[in-house]
Amino acid sequence: MAIYSLGIDVGSTTVKTVIIDENSNIIYSEYQRHFSKVKEAVRQQLEIIGEKFPADSFRICMTGSAGLGLASSAELPFVQEVHSAFIAVREKMPDADAVIELGGEDAKIIFLTGGVEQRMNGSCAGGTGAFIDQMATLLGVTVPEMDKMSLEAEKVYPIASRCGVFAKSDIQPLLNQGAKREDICASIFQAVVDQTVSGLAQGRTIEGKVLFLGGPLSFLKGLRRAFIKTLGLSEGENAVFPDEAPVFMALGCALFARNGAEEFTISQALDKIKNAKAASGVVTGEPLFRSEKDYEEFIERHKKCDLEYADMHTYKGNAYLGIDAGSTTTKLVLITEDGRLLYNHYSSNKGQPLDRIAAKLKNIYNEINPGIKIAGSAVTGYGEDLIRAGLSIDFGVVETVAHFKAASFFCPDVDFIIDIGGQDIKCFKIKNHCIDSIMLNEACSSGCGSFIQTFALALGYDIAEFASLGLMAERPVDLGSRCTVFMNSSVKQAQKDGASVEDISAGLSSSIIKNAIYKVIRANSPDELGENIVVQGGTFLNDAVLRAFEMEMGRNVIRPAVSGLMGAFGAALYAKQKSSGESSVISKEALEEFSYTSRSAQCGGCTAKCGLNIITFGDGKKFISGNRCEKGAGKAVNSSTENLYDFKYDTMLKMTENKINNPKLRVGLPLALNFYELLPFWKALFDRVGIETVISQESSRDIYYKGQHTIPSDTVCYPAKLAHGHIESLIEKNVDFIFYPCMSYNIDEGESDNHFNCPVVAYYPELLIANNPRLNEDNFIYPYIDLNREKNVVSVMYNVLKKYGIKKSEVKSAVREAYNALADYKNEVFNKGAEIIRRARENGQKIIVLSGRPYHIDHEINHGIQKLITGLGMAVVTEDAVYQNGHYRPGVLNQWSYHARLYRAAQYVCTQPDMQLVQLVSFGCGIDAITTDEVREILETGGKLYTQLKIDEINNLGAAKIRLRSLVAAMEENKS
Amino acid sequence: MQYPVFTPEMKETYTILVPDMLPVHFKLIINILKKYGYNVELLQTSTRDVVDEGLKNVHNDTCYPALLVIGQFINALKSGKYDVNKTALMLTQTGGGCRASNYIHLLRKALRKEFPQVPVISLNLSGLEKGNGLSLTLPLLIKVLYAVIFGDLLMSLYNQCKPYEVNSGETDKVRDKWQEKLPRIFDKREFLHCKKYYRMILEDFAKIKRSQEKKIRVGIVGEIYVKYSPLANNHLEEFLLSEGCEPIVPALLEFVMYCIAGNIADGKLYQFKNLNTFMSNTAYKVIHKAQKTMIKAVKEHGVFEAPHDFDHLRSLADKYINQGVHMGEGWLIPAEMAALAETGTENIICAQPFGCLPNHIVAKGMSRVIKNSYPEANIVAIDYDPGATKVNQENRIKLMLANAKK
Repeated sequence: MAIYSLGIDVGSTTVKTVIIDENSNIIYSEYQRHFSKVKEAVRQQLEIIGEKFPADSFRICMTGSAGLGLASSAELPFVQEVHSAFIAVREKMPDADAVIELGGEDAKIIFLTGGVEQRMNGSCAGGTGAFIDQMATLLGVTVPEMDKMSLEAEKVYPIASRCGVFAKSDIQPLLNQGAKREDICASIFQAVVDQTVSGLAQGRTIEGKVLFLGGPLSFLKGLRRAFIKTLGLSEGENAVFPDEAPVFMALGCALFARNGAEEFTISQALDKIKNAKAASGVVTGEPLFRSEKDYEEFIERHKKCDLEYADMHTYKGNAYLGIDAGSTTTKLVLITEDGRLLYNHYSSNKGQPLDRIAAKLKNIYNEINPGIKIAGSAVTGYGEDLIRAGLSIDFGVVETVAHFKAASFFCPDVDFIIDIGGQDIKCFKIKNHCIDSIMLNEACSSGCGSFIQTFALALGYDIAEFASLGLMAERPVDLGSRCTVFMNSSVKQAQKDGASVEDISAGLSSSIIKNAIYKVIRANSPDELGENIVVQGGTFLNDAVLRAFEMEMGRNVIRPAVSGLMGAFGAALYAKQKSSGESSVISKEALEEFSYTSRSAQCGGCTAKCGLNIITFGDGKKFISGNRCEKGAGKAVNSSTENLYDFKYDTMLKMTENKINNPKLRVGLPLALNFYELLPFWKALFDRVGIETVISQESSRDIYYKGQHTIPSDTVCYPAKLAHGHIESLIEKNVDFIFYPCMSYNIDEGESDNHFNCPVVAYYPELLIANNPRLNEDNFIYPYIDLNREKNVVSVMYNVLKKYGIKKSEVKSAVREAYNALADYKNEVFNKGAEIIRRARENGQKIIVLSGRPYHIDHEINHGIQKLITGLGMAVVTEDAVYQNGHYRPGVLNQWSYHARLYRAAQYVCTQPDMQLVQLVSFGCGIDAITTDEVREILETGGKLYTQLKIDEINNLGAAKIRLRSLVAAMEENKS
Repeated sequence: MQYPVFTPEMKETYTILVPDMLPVHFKLIINILKKYGYNVELLQTSTRDVVDEGLKNVHNDTCYPALLVIGQFINALKSGKYDVNKTALMLTQTGGGCRASNYIHLLRKALRKEFPQVPVISLNLSGLEKGNGLSLTLPLLIKVLYAVIFGDLLMSLYNQCKPYEVNSGETDKVRDKWQEKLPRIFDKREFLHCKKYYRMILEDFAKIKRSQEKKIRVGIVGEIYVKYSPLANNHLEEFLLSEGCEPIVPALLEFVMYCIAGNIADGKLYQFKNLNTFMSNTAYKVIHKAQKTMIKAVKEHGVFEAPHDFDHLRSLADKYINQGVHMGEGWLIPAEMAALAETGTENIICAQPFGCLPNHIVAKGMSRVIKNSYPEANIVAIDYDPGATKVNQENRIKLMLANAKK
């Protein structure tokens, strides 16, 4: 009989066990997925160990996120998992400088030299292993396949790295546009690397000998390669991947146990696990159904809303094809003249929507009888443009319109439509048979339907099976209504507390519903939604979700049996309505020959350098995507569609080209945050005192990466994150000093209670100097200044400048001139705005007041949304072309200068029939949680539509496009 | 938009509800307000319904404190316990550039539909919301000031005794006894003999039998509401106690003085003098003197650690950040972190609402420079949010504690 030490690491997805002898040699190790059945998996492992080592006793310790609860309820010792890793590294790899460990849902980093530090990802950063799993599911491949494909990549796309949900909304459109899957795989791994570097290192450089641990890093070559390349390491030399990587934490835990943990036999340990009581911390809700009978009644009730079917072999006459190329799924219907269903199809697109739809169209051609003539076709959804070009579909229709058409077919008096699809939640309020307002989920809370799906798979079920488990759950778990990442950890907690899979399934269904109602619709009571509610979208095919919705709303709703096909059905109805009697859809013969190739390229049309995807079809036709303006698509740009965004930006850049003669020295101004408004002021001031102003490089993804390692808070807004790169850029330009004042107060423009800057804009310089080791009090000057007090400005600037021999009188006149320059610039912008508005009116164009903050003119921040709008044939001005005419004192404390402009602009827009306001919101802007509600209220009270576009580093404009097109469609409907 | 105003006449018949943040302090203050004829009641509900009401009634991207405070109010109004036609709600408003100043308006918005008749009272010293029926007279303010100081003393001594008490429950008894007793000294002007009472309190706590065992000391800094309110921080202090730590929570008075110092700092930085800066200077002097008296009492007694002197906090702040940073908790957070690290409490939890704007700068943004000065500092920022789970938070705190044990 021997005494060994046993470490048990219970992570979010796996259980790992390691046994060591007295000399710390590993004599046994095992790695197993637990599919959320934590207790069972641990028991299984212990039983196996018991068979192998029947006579021995063990010092036992637990670690891991799911081990935390189990250890305390089983009364076994526990050690935090990062600390376990630390112990193991000290023992096995004492010369390592840093450790990076990716687990199922956590990412950790340990710095060993130069000040020991152990870090974990914050609660916002999405999982890593789980994230890779999700992405693999999305691509319809296994993780090893994905890894293999990534090694063949030619190109890496920028994919948002902060959170899984974001990354998904970057990847989906790439897939739908036909980007190479190999490239996407590599991009996913790169995103994980960027996430680790920016989210965890936070200002500390990862260098020296780096140890890589955890499951994903030991199994995935592509991921390893991306890490090594990004960190500038070389494998074997200073990038170490130990063989025991997957069980390293369990090893550390065993080492910890060796030093004095209590001894047990395996059967004693098993008893402890068996007797472990689940904590009663789970909050539970009402069961979905009290009895089988309730469920049957529910089923009967919903059966009533079904379409009639017609037989494709016997029906004679015109038929209409509707396609919904959704983000994860493909839907097709063929309907008769009177709306009966001839054919329908619903499936996951496996990342290849075009192939899928072509194949199904072939099926239709093969099956239909010669008496059927396809007289019209329409396509909607993310893949609309691609499908339309590839298969010569007659019409493209924006999703919102398609869904409204379909819902009206079932319920002509519909008041409210809610559609939960794979990626989106779309809600429309209907008034007077017109779409009155549209609510879409933010980039942050997407992941709706596909979330349940990936979750089901992670737990080892298929989606239908998983969902039906929840129907009869007795105590559904309350999982909160946050984004999917938070739900992941809520689920973890519920599991820890012993909730069953049934309860979790039911809980997830209500979570999705709560998310939709409270986050997206923002409703207080069911009455707000109206009498007649139609629900649709694939997610509502799930009875548990539907039931959860009815319970939360406290009323019955209509779910058409073809709930998942509504987009396609609506498209078919649209095709029928618009049909000329003949359809251009690809013929049976041409379809046999159908083929395409795709390649990626970069547009050289302008500085935006859009990443293009070029698909060449068999017949030589090309489809280009990824472009923001017409130029990329190879078309001439319509010169009459000017926009104030580009004008402001260009004016500002042009201004900095004027250099003064014989400058005394050079000052660097970062092209970030409030400099987008105040640059004319500072430029004039420094010019006048003989100092040359140098601005940082224009923003780009590269600028962001340049400063990424000095960002301490990964949840701050993207415009602020970019400031770090601009500082780096100025340091490279070797300026004498960088000038970036702190400003609690902005300029008082009246019509507000106060005139603050937001905390981030006001004090970002403090953060920059505290986190960039290359900055110091000599090369970074950041005085506090109040621009409303000219005397203060003079005295502060004199303090800054006197050491360069500049006299106070010079400063005084320079400051005066600076105020004039700022006023001139603002006038110029206002006049240009007026000109754009006038010209648009002459041409009968609609005008969009694209409102945000001054820094939203940065191309890297707005991603070219203004061009997307002009591309839709509307003129674009900024809020500063109109706010001067608006007055409004809203019912909130109106105390930020930039935000007061939004309220005034919104008020003015309400008085102009040909204007609409679209609000740009940077993700993470806390103040916009207040302004968006307020602007919405002003606009809706004024009879306008409210459209909000949330932007981040995400480069994809798919969702923005849908919103904008819906806005156009709604404007047209309202007109007619 | 027209809102009901709390008129002086309502004072007679209305119940005023106050949200929960620091029970010890708030109970004292409420008792004082009662003596002035306001019928005030502290809400202490902490069920899941509070969060759910918050989620329903407030934009979900708004900070967690707003969500909880408003959720707690709506939950109370719906509970049937109060006559909604005779109930008013009271909130504090600091009036800075942080969105916290907007809570009151978000609350009114939430009330608009179901409880339009309920007036909301702003408790502030910034001249916001003029014309409500709460008259903050000088004697009342002075009493409130001393209530805060006594509250701070009780809280600090409780935390210094509780982890070490030999007879379980003894510390709570002493605290409860004083909680009971203190309101009475505010009835007349007895509280002005504060030194006497400080000594009595100190002696009472010193009598508690305490073990000499060494425990990990953990400082809690952060956003004011999340830092203090057990509802918001998932009972952080209790959790730390159960992990065998000594929690150290900086005094509420520090926040009060920080708010006043903001006006003084602005006057200096932007070179102006007005009534506001004058009043702030005067108030600062009065309060600082009161603070020093309490600190002196603790030091003379010699058993317990005294709160930080505010002037000292300001000089600590100057090493890292300008005092012009006064949105949210501003420079106070780095100053408190430094003060904790300096006095041997290197383990620090920064409790903050998820997505708190000022904390990007003053908490996460300042960790690096604090660590440069105090290499042993072991700082962890924990985000609180309706969706953030306890397990996630506790796991991170455990990581910090694992480092602390070394």
